[in-house]
Order: sequence, then structure tokens, then C-alpha cells
Amino acid sequence: MSVVVLPREGETPAKRRVPFVLRVLARRPIVLAGAIIVVLTTVIGLLAPVIAVDPMRMDVAMRLQTPGAAYWFGTDDLGRDVFARVVYGARLSILVGGAVVVFALMLGLTAGLAAGYFRRLDNVIMRVMDGLMAFPAIILAIALMASLGPSVTNVILAIGIVYTPRVARVVRGSVLVVRENAYVEAARALGVPDLPIILRHVLPNCLSPVIVQGSFVFAAAVLTEAALSFLGVGVPPYIPSWGNILSEGRLYLQQAPWLVLYPGAAIMVTILGLNLLGDGVRDLLDPKIRGLSIERTRAT
Amino acid sequence: MEDRVKAYILRRLLALIPVALVVATVAFVLIHLAPGDPAAIIAGPDAPADDVAQIRRTLGLERPLHLQLARWYGRLLQGDLGQSIFLRKPVLDAIIDRAEPTLLLTLSAIVVSILIGVPAGVLSARHHNSAVDQALMMLALVGISIPNFLLGLLFVLVFGVWLRWFPVAGYSPLEDGWLATARSLVMPAFALGLVQSALIARIARSSMLDVLREQYVTTGRAKGLAERAVVYKHAFRNALVPTITVIGISFAVLISGAVVVETVFNIPGLGRLVISAVLRRDYPVVQGVVLVIAGVYMLVNLLVDLSYLVIDPRVRYQ
Repeated sequence: MSVVVLPREGETPAKRRVPFVLRVLARRPIVLAGAIIVVLTTVIGLLAPVIAVDPMRMDVAMRLQTPGAAYWFGTDDLGRDVFARVVYGARLSILVGGAVVVFALMLGLTAGLAAGYFRRLDNVIMRVMDGLMAFPAIILAIALMASLGPSVTNVILAIGIVYTPRVARVVRGSVLVVRENAYVEAARALGVPDLPIILRHVLPNCLSPVIVQGSFVFAAAVLTEAALSFLGVGVPPYIPSWGNILSEGRLYLQQAPWLVLYPGAAIMVTILGLNLLGDGVRDLLDPKIRGLSIERTRAT
Repeated sequence: MEDRVKAYILRRLLALIPVALVVATVAFVLIHLAPGDPAAIIAGPDAPADDVAQIRRTLGLERPLHLQLARWYGRLLQGDLGQSIFLRKPVLDAIIDRAEPTLLLTLSAIVVSILIGVPAGVLSARHHNSAVDQALMMLALVGISIPNFLLGLLFVLVFGVWLRWFPVAGYSPLEDGWLATARSLVMPAFALGLVQSALIARIARSSMLDVLREQYVTTGRAKGLAERAVVYKHAFRNALVPTITVIGISFAVLISGAVVVETVFNIPGLGRLVISAVLRRDYPVVQGVVLVIAGVYMLVNLLVDLSYLVIDPRVRYQ
């Protein structure tokens, strides 16, 4: 992976006005490709009702139609439009990915800040997190779904719980570094209570690794949702999700390979886009790259 | 054995205790996580009251929660995972019955991922920034973007349905001859291992690149060693440390991946066991499989940590 060439201190003010993110994107076409894929998937997901017909409408007379002018991606065994289901699947993937990121970041930030800042809580919180991480991700997600029951909300909860400790560990690591800084000590010496110190001084300086982690949690959440639904323990089967379409398609592999090929391509392209973007965000926020994390933190 | 080494091993073992305790507690909590009476949920909506009462008794749900938890720890210490509600046999027996395909699938996937990932990573590093390097890394990026179950489905479609090279699904147990077993595992092992080999290749490449910049590599070249000797005798061994870590992590990813891939190929392993248990709300089986897999995972991580003693002598002097 090549390294981003960064602007040095002596930059002209005019150049600084071009948003930093755009400058990086322009230098790294592959990250730009990732960003375009992610934005496109999001737009398709949001505009699903405009782009596609009702993904639940069954028409048994039209079952297992090959892809063509009438049905771009063919139809499934119940005569539902696969294109519509793939498009609505994008909507679900983006929803689950986004919600899991919000959930895992909120919980992970809270746990990580508490563990890193209050040394007495550290051991307890991190042992619980270690215990949760001793389960392979998909296994814990399956087990949680067993208890929670199939629904979109529960899928978000289960995957969110699985990825919270991974965020918490990263946050705690940076808090341990940040809390030793002179400005934190100064604030403490001035008698500033713990909460304002955490929120105003510690939190903003821990954010870059969290943002990087967030972009990978998003990809992992999309993958995990697809896997859970494929296994039949994710979102209920009637809800169009890429995993659900694949799960049905598996039974008609011989007669209707398009049931696997189109949602499969959608998953692959989306995950590829998220990975490319994640790599880009990581290079962008890598603290090893001079001056960058500071500039980025100020911007956020 | 040196005292330092003993102390290191002991430290690692002790560190496992709190983690194991949390793991056991999480597995216990699973059954109480759903809102409402667990016995009623397990029995299903139309179950007669007698059935619900019997399930409550079997699972000991009528006792206070802290006593249930104490009994749970006690039983786990004795290796007792309880009784399956649906299969009407001990959970441990059900797991042992289904372990063979999952273990064989995981192991063969590890072999596939190492045999492809490590050479690809080394090759990429040796020809850093060449066309070969870029092609391999692009391939690896695509590789980590394909979920294993999707790759499995595509294999079934291409090599099973269209080309008819391999059986579309199913598993042939070892006792019916290893050749048939191997044949039934080729596609699942590649579906599972290829994705992981992409990750291993990326790590192997970057740790090789780091090592190749070291002074002892330059020294080796300067004193006229053949490039082969420099790369394989000096650099490779040192690049192994991060790679072994990833292979250890791979084990966790692969054993849980096996659980998913089994569904694609209809392999009657732990994955099918746990999924059918989830659908039947057979909580003791879910708890048991989850515990066993987490246990194996912790053990493998321990072995990875201990393997540093052999690979990286510096660990001994920490």
C-alpha cells in the first residue's frame, strides 16, 4: 500500500481551503473508487422505493424468470423481482452497517474512556471485553440471535455487542497515551472535574483510531448480517437482505444461478468499496503521518 | 527449562482464568437474555403447561439466579454441558458426534490458507512494487472482500453444477475411506481457506518488507550470500512472528467460518448443529457449542503465544 504524500507546513493558505479529504482522494484513485462505491450503494439504498418495484410482491406465474428486459436480475421461486430485492438489500445493509457503527462506537467509546481514564475500572471493564472477544465474532452473533430472536433490531444489537469490545480496546489504548499529556494534567491541577476533562481533552484526541475502526466495523457488520441471514438466524426471511436472497438461491443453484450471482456481486462490490475506503481512512488518519491526526481532529 | 520460560507459561495460563470466567458467564446469560420465561420460550408458543414445567425442571430454572449460576460453573468444571432438549442426549455427546467434519474442514482450510498465503506474501515482498506484487495484492484485496459462504456458493455453481468435478454437497466421514472425505472437503476447504490466505498474504508481505530493510539483511547481501539464503534463512524466519500471530487468529476465523460454510455444502458438523439448535431454541446445545468453540479458540491463542518461545528467542528474556 503506498503512503499518502502529505502537505508540509509551508503551505499557502489558498491551497488549505481545498478540503483535506478531497485532496487525499484526488491523489489516491483507488480510495476514490472505494468512496464512489460506498456513496453509490448508500444512494441506491436510500432511493430504493424510487428505483425498484415492491420487493415483496409475489407473482407465481412469473417464478424463476431468467434476467431480461422485464426483470433485470430475473425473479425468484415466488416470482419476486430479484433486482428490487437486491436494491432493498442494499438499503438494509447500509442501515445495519450504520446502526452497528453508531451502537458499537457509543458503547465502545464509553467503556474504553472509562477503562482508560479511571484506573480502578480498567481491570473489570477490560476483562469483560476480553471475555467477549474470546468468542469468534460470528459465533457470538449466532448465540445472541438465538436468545434475541430474528428481527432487524436484534441483528443490529447482536452485531453491535460483538464489535463493541473491539472498539473499546482501541479507545482504551489511546486514552492511556492521551491522559499522560501535560494539558490533561494541567486541567486536573486547575480542578476541572473528570467528566469535562474526558469530554473536552481526552475524547477529541482519541478519535482518529476510532474513526478508522468504525470504517472496518461497518464492513464487518455488513458481512456479518449477510452471513447471519444466509444461515437463517438473521433478519426474517421475507425481508429482502442479500444474505436471505443467497439463502433461497442456494436451493435453486441449478435452475436459477442469478439468485446467487446478483446479490453475491452486490455484497462483493460493497465490501470491496468499504475495504478500499477503510484503507484510505486508515492511511489518512495514521498518527505516524505527520501533522495529520492533529489537523483531522481539529476539523471534527 | 529456564525459570523465565516457566514463569512466562504460568503467566499466560493465569491470564486465561478471568477470560474463561467471563466466557462461562456470557454463555449462561444467553438463556436469560430473551424477555420472558426461558422455559416457555424454549417450549414454544403452543406447548402444554406440563412441558414448560418439565423444561424448567431440567434446566434448573426454578432456582434463584445466583444458585443457577453457581451450579452452572460447578457443572462446567466437571466438563458437564447439560442435556439437549431436542436430541435427548448429553450436549457433549452431540458435540463429539459432530466435531469430525468441522475440525477436518478447519484444519484443511488452514493448510490451504498457509500454502497459498505465505508464498504469495513472500513473492510479493521480494518483487516489491513490481507488476507481480501489485497483481497479487489486488487479488488479495478482492479476496478479503468475498464472504466465505459466497465463494462456497460460487464453487458449487462452477465446479459442482457446471463442471461436475466435485460433489455439490455432503460429507463422507473418515470411516468410509479418507479419499472420499478429502474429495468432499476440497471445495469447502478452498472456499474457507482462500479468503483467509488473502489476509495472510497481506501480513506476510508487510512483515517481509519490514525485515528486508533490516541491517542484518544488508550485511548478509554484502558478505556475498546468495539472495535465496538471505531471503529464506535470515529474513523469512524473522518475518514469521507476525505471520504466526495472524495464522493463530485465522484459526478462530476459520473455525467460525467453518460453521457458516457447512451450511453451503450441507456438511453435518458443529455449524449445522448450532444453527438447528438455534432454530429449535435448544439453548443447552447453543451454549455448549459456543463454549467449546470459545474454549478451543482460547487454547489456540495460548499455543500461539507459547510458540513465540520457539520462534522468537527475545520473548524468553522479557
